[in-house]
Amino acid sequence: MELTGAEIVVRCLAEEGVEYVFGYPGGAVLNIYDEIFKQDKFKHVLVRHEQGAVHAADGYARATGRVGVALVTSGPGVTNAVTGIATAYMDSIPLVVVTGQVPTPAIGLDAFQEVDTVGITRPCVKHNFLVKDVRELATTIKKAFHIAATGRPGPVVVDIPKDVTYHTGEFAYPAHVEMRSYNPVLKGHPGQIKKALQMLLAAKRPLFYTGGGVVLADAAETLKELARLLNVPVTSTLMGLGGYPASDKQFLGMLGMHGTYEANLSMQHSDVLLAVGARFDDRVIGDPAHFAREQRKIIHIDVDPSSISKRVKVDVPIVGDVKAVLEEMLRQIKAGRERPDREALTAWWTQIELWRAKDCLRYNRKSPIIKPQYVVEKLWEVTRGEAYVTSDVGQHQMWAAQYYRFDQPRRWINSGGLGTMGVGLPYAMGVQFAHPDAQVACITGEGSIQMNIQELSTCKEFNLPLKIILLNNRYLGMVRQWQEFFYKERYAESYMGSLPDFVKLAEAYGHVGMTIEKPEDVERSLQEAFAMKDRLVFMNFITDQEENVFPMVPGGKGITEMILAEEL
Amino acid sequence: MRHIISVLMENEAGALSRVAGLFSARGYNIESLTVAPTEDATLSRMTIVTTGSEEVIEQIVKQLNKLIDVVKVLDLSDGQHIERELMLVKVRAGGKDREEMKRMADIFRGRIIDVTDKTYTIELTGTGSKLDAFLEAIDAGAILETVRTGASGIGRGERVLKL
Repeated sequence: MELTGAEIVVRCLAEEGVEYVFGYPGGAVLNIYDEIFKQDKFKHVLVRHEQGAVHAADGYARATGRVGVALVTSGPGVTNAVTGIATAYMDSIPLVVVTGQVPTPAIGLDAFQEVDTVGITRPCVKHNFLVKDVRELATTIKKAFHIAATGRPGPVVVDIPKDVTYHTGEFAYPAHVEMRSYNPVLKGHPGQIKKALQMLLAAKRPLFYTGGGVVLADAAETLKELARLLNVPVTSTLMGLGGYPASDKQFLGMLGMHGTYEANLSMQHSDVLLAVGARFDDRVIGDPAHFAREQRKIIHIDVDPSSISKRVKVDVPIVGDVKAVLEEMLRQIKAGRERPDREALTAWWTQIELWRAKDCLRYNRKSPIIKPQYVVEKLWEVTRGEAYVTSDVGQHQMWAAQYYRFDQPRRWINSGGLGTMGVGLPYAMGVQFAHPDAQVACITGEGSIQMNIQELSTCKEFNLPLKIILLNNRYLGMVRQWQEFFYKERYAESYMGSLPDFVKLAEAYGHVGMTIEKPEDVERSLQEAFAMKDRLVFMNFITDQEENVFPMVPGGKGITEMILAEEL
Repeated sequence: MRHIISVLMENEAGALSRVAGLFSARGYNIESLTVAPTEDATLSRMTIVTTGSEEVIEQIVKQLNKLIDVVKVLDLSDGQHIERELMLVKVRAGGKDREEMKRMADIFRGRIIDVTDKTYTIELTGTGSKLDAFLEAIDAGAILETVRTGASGIGRGERVLKL
């Protein structure tokens, strides 16, 4: 049947089973919005800034594993969306971002609200399309969803000129799509898997180093089974938290720049390292030369071949879907008779327990000023560890990662790769739309929250009962920490002098605001806030201004060259 | 190390910019890059000459493969291959130099494809180093203009890059 381009867009989204489209209208997408108005297959969420739309779609995708969808207009709509797209790209999150474009005859003429969307987004998307012919629209959207969700996931932009939205064409939504140039390898090479297992079974000091790929591939259960079967310690990157239960005794905590003592030492001294859906980035292994000082065999499972041997040379590369490969490993172990070296493992665990006894995450619990770590611990208790927790970027993000013990995947939602301040609130919106009955907390700082604070208005419109946990130290805390350590306490532009009254601000947006100033009030206020199941509560915790995140590996150092709290 | 890499890709708008963008974003070298459609008009073939350590070349090949429009990538330097580049060079060729320039073009198996009283335009094909050698062999002051295509490459014998 003949449909207009705008009708086709809306029909395609419905065919894909999209629940929510996060967006903001404008000239180039008016026809699409007109069709959205006429349908009831999916809901549209009007945000207050395009960046918020993409982050919200991203948060939805992270919490569900489904493709998030955002819709913005041409020109500034697109440039505002770019930070959101780049954020999703760095963390491999599946998104389809539909962008309006000026009519095809106007392209290249510096038309009103024109930017080269395909050019601007090219370096931060998995792929992008400019659809110049309405007859190609449906297939292109199908391809966009296919590319976004398969292989190593990522954002895909579909740029649609306005004239294409009113031209008509035959509509038939393809059931599936095949591309000769895009066929991600999912099944790991059996020979490589066998080799990897032999190495693991012979290991004296094995370690699993797991990343966001475990979460993305929905491989948490398989990973747990394999780790338990082999009695191997597990450490996770920031992005992988929740991929292995944090309260399990085999879990060593997060590794890297703010990783635990036991995780970083195990990483350095392991003799066989199984990297699963992780990419050895600079925040994880620090100085690669220092990392290479110790001899170890590395097995690396990743769906993206270009992640393998990028920063660290790998001995056994296994390209494939993390879950499929781990399942094959389990199958081969169960079928064989070989078992791990029990004696060696006992000695390895004894060593690890000595490192763990350092208790590197302890902090002053008797402080008369609220310690940020304490707030996160209490949040964990009050929510029984079951909340979806989003964060922004900075010290509060690290404390959230260290002190909220995530036992399940997709509960920890943050910008690990790009480190985008301002994601926390829109992420929480996306999560709450995906899970309307779940407890959703946004741990943030007074710097980050102000980067997308306009979304409090969206939260009011949709009655999202988020709990905003603002750890307010009146400093851009992570910047201040680096300035304290590496710039002789010259606090250049890291103090925030004139903060808004956050309680009044929350109230102005129609929400509940609270300020908490004493440690003894922390737990009670959290309980009070979470008891308000139908209200957004903005909790302004006045925390210790000079608290630092420990342990810390200074930039460019080796991962065992940590600064610990006690050393200061 | 110098590598010559062949890429088969969808003949679509923007495909070239994806490759060029990849090289600049990741800081890879491009010595030359040539591209044109193949006998199958839906496919373009690109030849990229680049330099880098083995690790860098491995990443380049992987990153090229990761581009959605890229169908196949082959590092021609992994095996026997042939490469050719075309150069057009306009030289001063008046008076006593005219005969000498003609002889040099003949020695290098060049063809004179345009002539005026004072100039020759010479067409020359070969490896990059042969073209370099020609430019060094003639009087530098006689060169008015050069234009080179960059190298195109193909595998030797039965080695074929095809769908």
